[in-house]
Amino acid sequence: MALFYSVTQLEDFAARGGAPLWRQILLASAEESGVTPEQSLEKMNAALDAMLAADAAYDPSQRSHSGLVGGDADKLRRYFESGRSICGEFVGRVLCGAMRMGECNACMHRIVAAPTAGACGVLPAVLLPYAAEHGTPREELIAALYIAAGYGMVIASRASISGAEAGCQAEIGAASAMAAAALVYLHGGSAVQMSDALAIALKNMMGLVCDPVAGLVEVPCVKRNAAGAMNALCAAELALAGVRSRIPADEVIDAMRAVGALMSPLLKETGRGGVAASPTAQRFRSDYFGS
Amino acid sequence: MDLFDLIGPIMVGPSSSHTAGAVRIGLACRRILGEEVAEADITLYGSFAATGRGHGTDRAIIAGLMGMAPDDERVPDSYAEARRRGLLFSFAFGEMPQGHPNTARLVLRGVKGADADIEAVSVGGGRIEIRRIGDMALCFSAEQPTLIIRNEDKPGTVADVSRVLSEEKINIATFQVNRNSRGGTAVMVIECDTPLNDTLLARIRSLPGILRAVYINRE
Repeated sequence: MALFYSVTQLEDFAARGGAPLWRQILLASAEESGVTPEQSLEKMNAALDAMLAADAAYDPSQRSHSGLVGGDADKLRRYFESGRSICGEFVGRVLCGAMRMGECNACMHRIVAAPTAGACGVLPAVLLPYAAEHGTPREELIAALYIAAGYGMVIASRASISGAEAGCQAEIGAASAMAAAALVYLHGGSAVQMSDALAIALKNMMGLVCDPVAGLVEVPCVKRNAAGAMNALCAAELALAGVRSRIPADEVIDAMRAVGALMSPLLKETGRGGVAASPTAQRFRSDYFGS
Repeated sequence: MDLFDLIGPIMVGPSSSHTAGAVRIGLACRRILGEEVAEADITLYGSFAATGRGHGTDRAIIAGLMGMAPDDERVPDSYAEARRRGLLFSFAFGEMPQGHPNTARLVLRGVKGADADIEAVSVGGGRIEIRRIGDMALCFSAEQPTLIIRNEDKPGTVADVSRVLSEEKINIATFQVNRNSRGGTAVMVIECDTPLNDTLLARIRSLPGILRAVYINRE
């Protein structure tokens, strides 16, 4: 059994007091892995640095090997900077961040899988603009990453974080749920509200299939990072307002696993179902691999 | 499961299985060979063959063979680095209907004349398994110091090996034993918590019934 196997267990950690929940996650996982708390913190700081570096290194002229991905984050940035957007600046920064990171990944740049490479844009897309907006100190961002990882481990152990095993709900869905819990933490919410945010985020993504065009982590993966980030904001806001998930988080995760098991293999990272099976995707596939 | 499987690994994209896992396959095979790689003939199977080029699987394996890590930003340009170093390599694509979808076979020759024929798979999330070395079928991750022993299938051989390890204060993490047929030859795969030294390896190689011992250290 994994170290963290239920959301209830994490709520119990928080309720028993002593160290804050993120610190308890740090200490328990460091002990399990045979490293010191300082070594663990060093590793988490390196992950945050790598997220910041990837975000800063975005190059709008970069294209993926297939040519399907690149430049869209910059298009989005110009649109939001024009002041004509519907949602305004903060949401603009979130969407741009998600697209930038998704494009960086598709273009073989250095990113941080969170929990997977295909879903690497969701967490930084919400955490970095939040920190900029609220003047969050670095230590708090690190704490939020421990919260995200702890809740992520529950999803991985009860269900899956692999598109090949359980579809995109297990990749973008899991990333979105981890990000929602981390946002609730940063905004001063309780452990129960973190669980609610995780449950709401996962429910909103339940059934999402993994249907990469030509089997590549490009279409629709990059844009799903933007959707996952927006869904995390939505779930965190609902939970922070006191809206409860009517279904407990652990039961939602179990349901997600069951949905993954019911999903046809065509919809689990084989590139043979969903939009990957569309005529346009099929034409692209034969052109790309025929070349 | 480690917490840093959820936030991490730090890696060059786009795919943990097809890119980061492929780098790790290259790294593991380099360790098995035990010296710098001079020539590599690589065959990709299944999903590796179908979508590997778009995921940089080929460049990732070459990068690993040269000792680069999954987060090394030179991974996408590993072909150029290989040309600079004079590493010769070829890629072929094959069918393996019963195999794991992400399988690679690497036939390697080292600069000092060592050779190795290895089958490895990328099992997801960047984790890998070595499934065959030469004619020995096995299964291990190559993440820990690992001792692979081919021995005669006779009573006492396993006990002899574990006695030597215990006398040298080496803690065993996992221990697998497989054999082809009764009284034929068997293969032991022993993953250890700490590295083994040359004296210990020499003691193991001199035990009765030991035909061959391959040791894979961490980099």
